[in-house]
This record gives sequence, structure tokens and C-alpha cells, in this order.
Amino acid sequence: MNLQLSADGRLRHLLTLDGLPRAILTQILDNAESFMDVGEREVKKVPLLRGKSIFNLFFEPSTRTRTTFEIAAKRLSADVVNLNIATSSQTKGEAILDTVDNLAAMNADMFVVRHSQSGAAHFIARHVAPHISVVNAGDGRHAHPTQGLLDMFTIRRYKGAFHNLTVAIVGDVLHSRVARSQIHALTTLGVPEVRVIGPKTLLPVGVEQMGVKVFHSMEQGLAGCDVVIMLRLQNERMKGALLPSSQEYFKFFGLTPEKLALAKPDAIVMHPGPMNRGVEIDSEVADGPQSVILPQVTYGIAVRMAVMAMLAGGAAA
Amino acid sequence: MTASLPDANSLIDALAAAIAPGFDPDTRIVGIHTGGVWVAERLHALLRSPHPIGQLDISFYRDDFSRIGLHPQVKPSNLPFDLEGHAILLVDDVLYTGRTIRAAMNELFDYGRPSSIRLAVLVDRGGHELPIRPDFAGASLHVPAHQNIHLSRLDDGHLTLSIA
Repeated sequence: MNLQLSADGRLRHLLTLDGLPRAILTQILDNAESFMDVGEREVKKVPLLRGKSIFNLFFEPSTRTRTTFEIAAKRLSADVVNLNIATSSQTKGEAILDTVDNLAAMNADMFVVRHSQSGAAHFIARHVAPHISVVNAGDGRHAHPTQGLLDMFTIRRYKGAFHNLTVAIVGDVLHSRVARSQIHALTTLGVPEVRVIGPKTLLPVGVEQMGVKVFHSMEQGLAGCDVVIMLRLQNERMKGALLPSSQEYFKFFGLTPEKLALAKPDAIVMHPGPMNRGVEIDSEVADGPQSVILPQVTYGIAVRMAVMAMLAGGAAA
Repeated sequence: MTASLPDANSLIDALAAAIAPGFDPDTRIVGIHTGGVWVAERLHALLRSPHPIGQLDISFYRDDFSRIGLHPQVKPSNLPFDLEGHAILLVDDVLYTGRTIRAAMNELFDYGRPSSIRLAVLVDRGGHELPIRPDFAGASLHVPAHQNIHLSRLDDGHLTLSIA
């Protein structure tokens, strides 16, 4: 049984984009389009989630993701409580469920969960009462479905459709939950060519089985692309001996105006943030005319509103 | 049953004729998705309104959201004008319980404070559950609760009422 969908095909939890049908993805994007205009009104609020309590459970720090979830919930008129829970290495599953049980006893309606361990949101979703929804805001290397969705929303806004695109995802795919969610969404939505570009040490073994083409050089990988998605390079990777140095990385895989010129002239450049300028992306590209990195942030609010509205509505049916 | 229903296009003409005498050209016309927008477009032309037409999708304001969830096809609301201090003519195809109109008024007030709102509907079918009555109605029919009255638009733009 699919934990994410109810028997009648409604979204119950959002944990991963893997296995979500195209119709649901499209419905989320369509609803997000409708929520876009709420942010531009005199009163930036709609009453859909009035009286609902949403808990942002962040076991791993994040400023922007948490803030956009918070704004999205508030624009839906929900009450939001932010909990930044410092996890020490000995924190066990039991402690997480104690936290969740206590918040459920305070009549929580929804949990937005970020955790450094893959599967944390699934773990909570399996545990909670049927009327409570769980949104995965990033779990370990596994998934970051709302980021994947906002990226799809961005692509659709700028490119109009998916069926004629070549999309490249560049960088540390191995450690990236964002890349996994993007790949699932892009293939489900019918993008004919999804490429991953990176050094061998940063691409997962067998990544081809996800339906992507693998490139180890920017020159070949970027040629003819409509969309270039840069991934954040975690500084820890350098310490782990996967890469010689950030300068070396920038030389081969950093997106410069010269490398971007290999893609189509109207290609857009995306990044999930926060950026390492001068490591994976040149400032001239990040702030240039092809960059849609700041619109991605704006769209993230509308996409998260759509997800939360779809989860919270019709729960009693 | 369809035979007993009035012709939608003549109803719109009658509606426009009823609104026209006291119609202030400053009025903004706002239709409610989907049928209300079609009627509003016709009225907008017949009343020669110089302002753009507004469209509301009240899905985000429905009072049954927690029971039935988000409508699968929500369209963006679009009010391409500042409604602060202006008169609004709110247009819908069928007035039934009044809950849609209540939601629409709530939504309008999130855009600003109109000086007045008047309601024009193609058909008032009775069965009101709220103290909401139309200022203008093309027709008043009594439709039993188990039946639905529906406005549809053909490819050529022709509007027809049906009952099911």
C-alpha cells in the first residue's frame, strides 16, 4: 500500500516524488499556479487552513526551507509552530516518536519534517494518527519532494512544457536528496532527456537505472540543454577525499559564462540554494540574465501552499 | 425537463436590460468561475463597461473545504483593477444556497474594500441557506433539492441551461 495516497487516490502525506503519479504532480503544479496570485494581494492570506496547527519539526538546521514552509502555512491561515530540535548522535527513533506523540497530544494537524537521516519522515508518517499529515522537508540523502516540485514549477513557468526538454543536473548527485527528487519528477513528467554531470566520485553507482544519461564533462553534458540545475557542493566532501579542492572542482564543474554558452541560448539556470559562489557557480552566472534562482524561492511558497492545502483538505471524507 | 428551461441567451439579455437603467459606468464587473464568468462576459459587452472584467475562483474560500478538500481544478482569481472604493457587480450563473456568494464576498474583501456589491444571477433556483438574495435575476425557478441546474457553453460560445 502506498503510504502517500489514500484509497481514493488523494494525497495523504508527501514523503517522496518516487512513485507519485503524473496526475498528482500536475495537480500540485496547477494548484500552485492558483496560489501564486495570493502573494500579490492586499491581504496575502486565504482562509483554507484556518484553525489548523502545523508543526515545523527541523531536526537539521535550515533557514530558507523552514521560512518558506512557515510563510506558506501562514498564507493559508494555519497556526505554525517552529521547533528546531538539536539532534545529538545518540538520538534514537524512540525520542523522535516521543516528540511527535507529545505534539499530536497538542492536536497537531500536520508535521513538516526535516532530518539528517533518510526515512525519518516515512517513520513518522507510519506512526501518526490517520488525520495527521506529514510533509518531508528533506531526509538525509533520500528525498526533498517540495524542492523537486518547486523546480518543476519553475521549469514549467519558463519552458511551458516538459515533453521537449533536455535537462542537466550538475554536481554532487551522490549526496543530493534534491537531485533524487528532481530526477523522479522529471522522468514522471515526461522529460525525454535527463542528464547528470559530475565527477565519478560524486555520482551514485548505477544512476543510469533512474533513467538518466551520465556525463563526466561539462562540455559534452551541457551541449543543447534547455535547463541547467546546479547542485550545492557540501564543503565536507572535500574533507572526505572525494575531491581534491574547491578550486579544482570549479575549474572542471563550476558553471561559468563560457560553459553556460554551450547550452541553448535561452537555457535557464537553477540552484536549490544556498549557493557556493566560486565553487559550483560563478557569480556572473548566478546573478546573470539566465538565472532563475530567486524566482525559485518565490515559487517555493506557492508550491508548498498547494501541497499543504491538498493534504489538509478532505481529511474527514 | 430541458424543454421547460428558459433560453440562457435571452435571460442574459433580460438581465442586462434590468441592470442597465441604474448602471454606473464606474462599476467593476466580476464573474465567479466558471459559469458566472461566461455570464459576466456577456453582461460586460451588453453594458459597455469600459473596465476590464474580474474573475474569481472561490475554491480557497469554500466553507466545505475541510470536508471535501480542494477542488481538483482551481483557476487563478484575476482582478485586474483596484476595487478599493468602487462598486462591484458580482455575477454568477445559478444562485442556490448562497454559500458560493458568501465565499466570493470574503475573497473580494481580501483585495480591498469595495463601495458596494450587487449580485446578478442568471437563475435563482431557491433553496437559500443564507440571508443572500440577488439584486438582479434573469429567472426565478423552483428546482427540487435533488436536481442540479447547470450552465454549459458550446464550442460556438452558445450558452445553454440543463437540469439533471
